[in-house]
Amino acid sequence: MPNTEYYNDKVVRQFLLAAAVWGIVGMSFGVYAAAELMWPALNFNIPWLTFSRIRPDHTFGVIFAFGGSALMGTCYYVVQRTGHARLALGRLAEFTFWGWQLICVLAMVTMPLGITQSKEYAEPEWFIDLLIAVVWVSFGVVFFASLARRRIRHIYVANWYYGAFIIAVGLLHIVNNLALPVSMWKSYPIYSGVVDAMVEWWYGHNAVAFFLTAGFLGMMYYFVPRQAQQPLWSYRFSIVNFWALISVYMWAGAHHLMYTALPDWVQSVGMAFSLILLMPSLGSAANGLLTFNGSWWRLKTDPAAKFMVMSLVFYAAATFEGSMMAIKTVNSLSHYTDWTIAHVHSGSLGWVAMITIGSLYAMAPRALGRPEMHSRGGMELHFWLHMMGTLLYVGSMWTAGVTEGLMWRATQPDGALTYGFLDSLIAIRPMYLIRWGGGLLILAGMWVMAWNLWHTAADARAHLIKPIPVPIPEPVPHQVPAPLPAAG
Amino acid sequence: MAYKHFEAIEKHAGLLGILIAIMVSIGGLAEITPLFMEAHSLKPPPGVLPYDPLRLAGRDVYVREGCYLCHSQMIRALRFETERYGHYSTAAESVYDRPFQWGSKRTGPDLARVGGKYSDQWHRLHLMDPRQLVPPSNMPGYPWLAENKLDAADIQARMRTLRRLGDPYSDADIAGAPAAVQGKTEMDALIAYLQGLGIRNEPVPKSTATPMATSQGGAP
Repeated sequence: MPNTEYYNDKVVRQFLLAAAVWGIVGMSFGVYAAAELMWPALNFNIPWLTFSRIRPDHTFGVIFAFGGSALMGTCYYVVQRTGHARLALGRLAEFTFWGWQLICVLAMVTMPLGITQSKEYAEPEWFIDLLIAVVWVSFGVVFFASLARRRIRHIYVANWYYGAFIIAVGLLHIVNNLALPVSMWKSYPIYSGVVDAMVEWWYGHNAVAFFLTAGFLGMMYYFVPRQAQQPLWSYRFSIVNFWALISVYMWAGAHHLMYTALPDWVQSVGMAFSLILLMPSLGSAANGLLTFNGSWWRLKTDPAAKFMVMSLVFYAAATFEGSMMAIKTVNSLSHYTDWTIAHVHSGSLGWVAMITIGSLYAMAPRALGRPEMHSRGGMELHFWLHMMGTLLYVGSMWTAGVTEGLMWRATQPDGALTYGFLDSLIAIRPMYLIRWGGGLLILAGMWVMAWNLWHTAADARAHLIKPIPVPIPEPVPHQVPAPLPAAG
Repeated sequence: MAYKHFEAIEKHAGLLGILIAIMVSIGGLAEITPLFMEAHSLKPPPGVLPYDPLRLAGRDVYVREGCYLCHSQMIRALRFETERYGHYSTAAESVYDRPFQWGSKRTGPDLARVGGKYSDQWHRLHLMDPRQLVPPSNMPGYPWLAENKLDAADIQARMRTLRRLGDPYSDADIAGAPAAVQGKTEMDALIAYLQGLGIRNEPVPKSTATPMATSQGGAP
């Protein structure tokens, strides 16, 4: 039978480029916002440059524009490679790319202008939300249609995570953004007060769970074994972790609302499930790390593998920390302080960004028709810039958070508070400076990556690369369900 | 346990998708449905009225500017919190907040009961340039609020939308909005909103000698 099918890598390359650009844009907003916390005059009294207006641009930019583009790109890459079939519905896939970019541009422009729902991580107004819903459903259709035409019967585990990510994020997005428009530029959510709080943090927490965890675990389950050049440590362990993770995560959102006016039983349920969540989280991290057993030497030569291993270490650390912070007693200290910021960034800079960068470095040469990235030295430099930046960022914010928490609760023997609020702000000022420095290093690393990708894409830019043919497997009468674990 | 059941899931994309949808729905349904039912039976306590037009406009300015990113409005039920900010916050106080403004980070102090703690003039100066009054503050200035005039028709449209969502605004309330916001700026509205926090949304009826007397925060 002549081979006439080729992988659709064009849309993958487009998302790759978008991820690199949005990474720089989103992180630049972050660096600027961090600088404003240090030097507040930096808003120059311009509304759209003010911290409170651009902070959503940072979060949306890095989570949905950078992370979203990387997730959709790798998802399209992985579903084709693991199914041995070309992506279904090429036109619709192209629409998801342009649609998502349009959403990102619209959101990033409207939010600083004050056109915002002001629900954290769901700031874009209703008309952008509708567009997101349309593009997201299209993304799901392309993904599941591609799964449907796969030639390998067994669906590889990375695809389950991508599937769960698509289904859950769609559900969360629609439920959380139900609103009644007043005009083009303003709407009111149908929920108010305590219900709105619960819906918002059910969304906010599970955006972390399914966007920043399940999606990126999909990435991890494909690219880590690929980079380690050996099968997953335990396939069955990944099944257990998958079902536990997706069902338990959804219960844990209430840990964002400890000691608030949310009914006490919901807070307790949230705390209990957050602790149970430790198991599948650490399980997934262990499964990824143990996959490197027997090929740890690769860390000496392969910066992409280095990014992946560090990302898994940060994943384990950040999810452990998250479960601890969900304990009510700990939460009474950590909540509302910069500890939360430290936790989020050890998850996002440590886990999400590093697994993404590692995966991009692994995928880019293949999608761009090159044997390897343009510069190994550039990858090395990026790794150390990112690593140093993350440690400075997270370390300084931990220090700041614990300082604030302790100062807010300090009392004198007669029961009076020891410190005014301002004392805590003055105490953590130096930490804000260190955080800004860490952010600068991370941003510099992203520029190095962009430079490296640009040169790796030389052939692609000159239209010299050939599409890769799909290896069409011989029909197999019966397949062994799971690959055997690696020896040792 | 028989692996073949899992094998069936792992070989059928549709089944996998449906089971994922079920598993992810359970947690949310279990936690949010009871709250919905509770919220429907929860009547706002006497004394807690929907925002009057000026304070509504101010609340929307607060929401638009993203104040919630640095200021919480949720005093937790912890001694050191009530010592610093006053009585802990209750669910009834935020029944009219769409979206809720509990916040998640305090770069500045909690504002749930800031009403009446400072004069209107203090707020005005502070919002224009926080460092005139509080030199170490890292809050940005919001001077443009003093230049933006309120649009009465827009506020009426907002009140009508809120009424559709269940907030008890009467026709008279909506008809009275243009008079209430006549000549006011976004700065006036925001100050009126801030001065009402912890006072106008308090479930317990207050005596008439509240600091509200010093505020220009619109008629109820």
